[in-house]
Amino acid sequence: MPEFLLDGRSVPFEPGQTVMEAAIAAGIYIPHLCWHPAFEPHGSCKLCTVDIDGRPASACTRPAEAGMQVTSGSEALRRLRLRLTQMLFVEGNHFCPSCEKSGDCELQAMGYYLGMTDNHYPHFYPRRELDASHPDILLDRDRCIFCELCVRASRKEGKSVFALAGRGPQTRLVINSPSGRLGDSELDAGDEAAGICPVGAIVRRNTAYRVPIGQRRYDLAGIDEESLARERPLLGRADGPTED
Amino acid sequence: MPDATEIARDAIARHGTAPVQLLAVLHEIQRRYHGIPRAAMEVVARAFGRSVAEVEGVIGFYSFLHERPHGEYAISFSDCPVDRFLGQDELIERLCRQLGVAPGQVRDDGRVSVETTSCTGLCDQGPALLVNGRAIPALDPGRIDTIAGLIEQRRPLEQWPGAWFRVEHGIRHPGPLLEAPEQPGKALELALELGPAGVLERIERSGLRGRGGAGYPTALKWRYCREAPGEHHVVCNADEGEPGTFKDRELLRLRTGDLVEGMTLAAFVTGAREGFLYLRAEYGFLAAELEQHIAERRSAGLLGHTILGREGFDFDLHLVTGAGAYVCGEESALLNSIEGRRGTPRNRPPYPVTAGLWGRPTVVNNVESYIAACRIVLQGAEWFTRHGTERSRGTKLLSISGDCARPGIYELPFGTPVGEVLELCDAGEPVGVQVGGPSGTFIAPPEFARRIAYEDLSTGGAFMVFGPDRDPVAIAAQFSHFFAHESCGFCTPCRVGTALQQRLMERICGGRGTVADLQELEQLAGLMRQASHCGLGHTAANPVSDTLARYPEYYQARLQGAALQPQPGRPPADSRKEVARDA
Repeated sequence: MPEFLLDGRSVPFEPGQTVMEAAIAAGIYIPHLCWHPAFEPHGSCKLCTVDIDGRPASACTRPAEAGMQVTSGSEALRRLRLRLTQMLFVEGNHFCPSCEKSGDCELQAMGYYLGMTDNHYPHFYPRRELDASHPDILLDRDRCIFCELCVRASRKEGKSVFALAGRGPQTRLVINSPSGRLGDSELDAGDEAAGICPVGAIVRRNTAYRVPIGQRRYDLAGIDEESLARERPLLGRADGPTED
Repeated sequence: MPDATEIARDAIARHGTAPVQLLAVLHEIQRRYHGIPRAAMEVVARAFGRSVAEVEGVIGFYSFLHERPHGEYAISFSDCPVDRFLGQDELIERLCRQLGVAPGQVRDDGRVSVETTSCTGLCDQGPALLVNGRAIPALDPGRIDTIAGLIEQRRPLEQWPGAWFRVEHGIRHPGPLLEAPEQPGKALELALELGPAGVLERIERSGLRGRGGAGYPTALKWRYCREAPGEHHVVCNADEGEPGTFKDRELLRLRTGDLVEGMTLAAFVTGAREGFLYLRAEYGFLAAELEQHIAERRSAGLLGHTILGREGFDFDLHLVTGAGAYVCGEESALLNSIEGRRGTPRNRPPYPVTAGLWGRPTVVNNVESYIAACRIVLQGAEWFTRHGTERSRGTKLLSISGDCARPGIYELPFGTPVGEVLELCDAGEPVGVQVGGPSGTFIAPPEFARRIAYEDLSTGGAFMVFGPDRDPVAIAAQFSHFFAHESCGFCTPCRVGTALQQRLMERICGGRGTVADLQELEQLAGLMRQASHCGLGHTAANPVSDTLARYPEYYQARLQGAALQPQPGRPPADSRKEVARDA
């Protein structure tokens, strides 16, 4: 098997695998929010930025090559990822203490993992529309980080309920239904798209406090450990790029 | 007025439902209904086999398409530092006052809307606006008053003075590329003699590099595409959106034959049978002439089936008009836009030469590159290498605008020092020059010996001159606004970073900035450069970091609590005015 070097460790890979896939397979965590082993890589959150042979690259989209020298665990990259995480916090309205996703939220867990103690940047306090029209699912756009996991999951399920509209800082999640509201869409609470949101933007209703604070996903393990345990078995499930 | 769904069905009947027609259909609905309401989206989505949300996503991405109707007369003023120097702000204010409409709003009766849009490519003859997509350059207060009157009288554009819509060529300094007479079909005849390998060899020997600014060797691009298996495409990037550049506007009019012939040569080399010319929406006024030219070449046997009688040499060309998105100048975003999608840049690798349009190997070159390729085949590699430097062969077209006596288009050999360019356009003693537009380099007088060349100051052609009274901080702030407006929003560092940068620059221009803000700007610049998804994010901090490095005293003077000291050549009254305007 060909290999590349990741923070000094030899990582074997199968041709066609990305740096991210090979790293996860080898039990090495590279921070990420928009990547998920079951979907084609997206490359938008940039948390997985690594240094490959002296140049920055996204680990989730870069195909692995034999002999690459990859750095992921440096202090400079931790700082970069911290700033990116802080950017995601300030551009939306993420108030962990009042959010039902707290403890299960990947953005929050990423903040802890990277040693985030403040927001660093000023808050944008955007005004985004909340959609409570669906009986079983709530869409709180204030918490959306534009990872498009719901877009990809719903497309894979053949429903294509979600899409992004707008541009730049005005980007927003929109719903495929006659009224543009979630309640009139085909989304069911059982859909993978309804449960894939890494943050608290799309949440299943009536499930918020079934697991008490203190016993939630990231109360029990850090995001690095949890991510490897959950995502490693799913490797290889991703399809090729799907048409949107 | 027919209802929106009727207009949508009509537009679909006219343009068809091939994915490349999506923007054309949306443009037509926008033009006739002044907006694209949800009912029309549904008709379009059904016809194109897309979801309504996707169509909504496409509409929301482009500045010239809107769900909410704009005015019957939709007016967009070009927003660019150069247009502002020429009094754009006062003209906007004047028009809005006369029409009783607020900037960015639609008047209650739906008659008119007034807004600003990113640089429309008329900096050499500004201030300029677009009315329902048609350009009017050389505005002055008198013309603004007449426009207001015509709108109140509801006079159709066809009855407005035709001379207003005339865009001058503005060629100030022609060189070998602009002077050579066109010889339709001649380069193709030569190509048939040389064969694809011979054409490639000639272009390779000329050392031609991409004229968009990145400088990738053209022959190498064509060769990689030729070697990639499958059906091929040839695409021309005529999405000249860099603020301060307008030379493609003239190349598209004066060198149409060479351009189409250059694309046909690329098709001959790569075996492509279908090509697309992606025209920026702001140049929509060129579309009819381009279509006509393409049709004439078809009749002359220079496009279409069996070109010049050669069996199997088939290539046809289609025009696609963009819809107002700077990021579509990035080649993979441009390809998404042709495919009728949101113009977000793709992940690379793979590159377009192996996986471009619909995943097929695609050559994407800029207007000037195709024209140069055509001339090289015609006149030989040696003709080309007579000009320029070792690493930057040939000549470069510059779009010169701003504070100089002779703005316009200049064709100069690569290697020409900035100082010489400034003399040619009679610029006096500028405080600085933005070479290559905001994504390029902002240079100060000590650097005027630097040269226009890939190895020194690389440029797609913009050359904005800023006179001694201009404030580099205010200019950088305007460019930071431009990048935040044009960021596609796909990746975190650019989407949030450009917005943060804009806020920081507003603070500083408002006199509320601190030393920590300056440090933050530098850190943001590093982060965007390192982690962004595409060239837009990589360069979005250039105007700020370039001016921070070269004009620290201008920034210091703006900081909170700093005593306002007169700057050399910059009276404080002027600075107060600019602060107020930018705040």
